[in-house]
Amino acid sequence: MQLKSRKEYQGILVNGLWSQNPVAYQVLGICSALAVTVKMSTAIVMALALTAVTACSSMLISSMRKIIPSNIRIIVELAVISTLVIVTDQVLKAYFYDISKQLSIFVGLIITNCIVLGRAESFALANDPIDSFVDGIANGLGYGLILVVVAFIRELLGAGKFLGLQVVPGFLYDLGFQNMGLMVLAPGAFFVIGLLVWLKNSLPGISSQKK
Amino acid sequence: MGDLFSLFINSVFIGNILLAYFLGMCSFIAVSKNVDTATGLGFAVIFVLSVTSPVNWIIYHGLLAPGALSWLGYPDLDLSFLKFITFVAVIAAMTQAVEMVIDRYSPGLYATLGVFLPLIAVNCAILGTSLFMVERNYTFMESIVFGAGSGTGWMLAIVTMAAIRKKARYSDVPKGLQGFGFTMIIAGLMAMTFMMFSGITL
Repeated sequence: MQLKSRKEYQGILVNGLWSQNPVAYQVLGICSALAVTVKMSTAIVMALALTAVTACSSMLISSMRKIIPSNIRIIVELAVISTLVIVTDQVLKAYFYDISKQLSIFVGLIITNCIVLGRAESFALANDPIDSFVDGIANGLGYGLILVVVAFIRELLGAGKFLGLQVVPGFLYDLGFQNMGLMVLAPGAFFVIGLLVWLKNSLPGISSQKK
Repeated sequence: MGDLFSLFINSVFIGNILLAYFLGMCSFIAVSKNVDTATGLGFAVIFVLSVTSPVNWIIYHGLLAPGALSWLGYPDLDLSFLKFITFVAVIAAMTQAVEMVIDRYSPGLYATLGVFLPLIAVNCAILGTSLFMVERNYTFMESIVFGAGSGTGWMLAIVTMAAIRKKARYSDVPKGLQGFGFTMIIAGLMAMTFMMFSGITL
């Protein structure tokens, strides 16, 4: 196994973060992208947890790829992912107890998050461990990027806050400004993601969306 | 009885697993292009949920919950951290078993549902329901009703979505919004409609 040039790793990173962004381009893993984005803090923790799990699982699966029989590979992949998720969940419970309470079942749902399994299937099984690790980080961060943007919009418009701090000044409320309650509720998440995808598709440098 | 009924209505409409908790979105987006396949997948989800939710309840409360192993002489043992891997294994095994049973006894149903069953094993709605069932401390009966109700709610949402997308096929959607973006906006409008039910108390 050889290290590749810096340029190739950059290519993998750019693919995961932007041009092949897992949420916006490949439509993977939106379940949790919608559910944890009411607040910035939960979104950031969730993004970090997912990045760690994707990177480690891709690396582990990739290093075992030659000894996994292909007809039971899904089960092996699920076992690896579940173990990593259990570790992540325990770490969150130990160090970020409040946030892990707010994330409730969504940490566990990283197991069924299509991004993790998708990267394992489509990238880790065909590439060597270091590439897979970088690819896992790139896709995790790409997912995190969408999560943080959505959470930023929802927290700002829905509660007038950023990371829990009040940013909309009080005198605006006196003038009749009101928080947009819709953003905190479920439909707000759907609208924000839909509009973001529209924005992304209209930006230059993105291959056209397949139907 | 009344409690169970209101839990059912609650999990179908107010706490709709798809539109209020966003579980099972991936297959919701991918399979909602056609009403027939959506109906097939919907029935498969109801079926698998009604089975896995109570089975996971038995396993969790019989083996994993804090103190559940006191009959073996380990009253302080707390294995609840193992619930993720156990539930995933149970779900994968149950979908496999359900697939074989349907194949053996009802080839017609197998022809319709068969292709969807492997997909269901990684549907987050199934795992999510089991985890919610643990987190909300449901009783055994409640876990059955909650599983069936969540499945029904999921099916209702995906079939409606498939019907709307069919009708919207000829509508003039702005170019960048076509496909995924448009589906998300429709889902948002549907979620708003379902929220209307939240004022109802039974």
